[in-house]
Amino acid sequence: MRAGFDVVVVGAGPGGMAAATVAAEAGRRVCLLDDNAAHGGQIWRGYRAETAKKYPHGARFQRWAARLERTRCEVWQGWQAVDQPAPGLLRLEREGERRDIAFEKLIVATGARERFLPFPGWTLPGVTGAGGLQALVKSGLDARGKRVVLAGSGPLLLAVGAGLATAGARVEGIYEQAPFRQLADFALSLMAQPARLLEGARYRLKTLRAAYRTGCWVVRAEGRGRVERVVLTDGRKQWTVECEWLGCGFNLVPNLELPRLLGCRIADGFVAVDRRMQSSVPGVACVGELAGVGGLEKALVEGQIAGWAAAGRFAEADALDGQRRRLERFAHRLDRAFALRAELRALAADETIVCRCEDVHYAALKGCVSWREAKLHTRCGMGACQGRVCGAATELLFGWENASARPPVLPAAVVALASEVERR
Amino acid sequence: MKESFSITVNGKPLLVAAGTSVAAALMMSGEPCRFSVSGEARGPLCGMGICMECRATVDGIPQQRTCQLACAAGMNVVTG
Repeated sequence: MRAGFDVVVVGAGPGGMAAATVAAEAGRRVCLLDDNAAHGGQIWRGYRAETAKKYPHGARFQRWAARLERTRCEVWQGWQAVDQPAPGLLRLEREGERRDIAFEKLIVATGARERFLPFPGWTLPGVTGAGGLQALVKSGLDARGKRVVLAGSGPLLLAVGAGLATAGARVEGIYEQAPFRQLADFALSLMAQPARLLEGARYRLKTLRAAYRTGCWVVRAEGRGRVERVVLTDGRKQWTVECEWLGCGFNLVPNLELPRLLGCRIADGFVAVDRRMQSSVPGVACVGELAGVGGLEKALVEGQIAGWAAAGRFAEADALDGQRRRLERFAHRLDRAFALRAELRALAADETIVCRCEDVHYAALKGCVSWREAKLHTRCGMGACQGRVCGAATELLFGWENASARPPVLPAAVVALASEVERR
Repeated sequence: MKESFSITVNGKPLLVAAGTSVAAALMMSGEPCRFSVSGEARGPLCGMGICMECRATVDGIPQQRTCQLACAAGMNVVTG
């Protein structure tokens, strides 16, 4: 099947929803596609219009979902973009079914994922991402009475702690690797952002009973067949905390696979964009975490800018430029406050698995000089996840850049790739 | 109270609430999702369809990302 639109938006989180809504309201024929079963992305995962008010940022989800609903935008759920067989054409796949979709303008809003870092025991069942654990609880995992330790870095840890506590878990501790003085600077800079300050305060209040400790990080996870306890340190002493689940995430990294496939220029780990969110590829805009990790507000503003720009409504796009710049500065402050400490690079032992798909140990990788060499010699990054987990880890551990993206950008059924490209 | 129904995990029945993902159900069952190439037991990691650690066979179809799949009544899940 073949379809065509003025504007195609990939990723239905806040940035994609805002972009699609605005472009459709401006009269463009828009298709919003997403590989999840429902829109909302990660931050609004599992939200439904009727019940969203109970959850953090739920009111804003309701407003945007309602606005999107009122437009004629087509929303395709469950579809993943796997290839660009020709310029202006995306190839999609869903459960073995293939669809090609032509576009005049493309807005990429594929969001971010957690960075996972290898440490002894991190492959034990029960050790998950911090956001990963939140996502699992949102999709029905019963957290009641479970002892949970959260460790890693970033504001997400607090949000997850609050969410898990609300779901009935016993949050035994939230361990932020950044030292307090680094975060104190961040807290001061938050004073200029009242909305965000309140958001933070709400999480903090909810998690007061849990121990939020800065300057602490995970050393190893232990257990037979599954995690039973975690060893932590503050750099001087070590201690052990018993738990059923350990949620670990070290900030967020953008999902750059599709922008890379499209040929967008990447600078310092993010897609290089201009003030109208246009990438180096004509007609392709990238918004939200792809252009710098800054959260919900930034994604919404940038999505609107790209949506207006795709519709040729530049005055409306430029009217948001002040907000965009303010949020971009916020993203930079976030980045500095939660910068990862050098000790985290030394957590993996020789026998610690770094690439979980191919079971490649740290010892096999430390002699390699590049991501390419590691792939060729050890199969690191060659497995099912295609380096989505170990790529961000080895970037931090060894400074390797994982710059290539080849189709399919996500595992796809062969049948979806086998057919010839239809003539335009 | 949410509607609940039964699925089968490695031959054993498991009661789940409607809307539960297969990955969440597997975590509650205590079964690992898969065994790695060197034989380690693995469970869900990212919860958002990226890491591929939660793959299992669902209704005869192998390699399903169970965190992206909602349970359905009578569903047959086989891990390993």
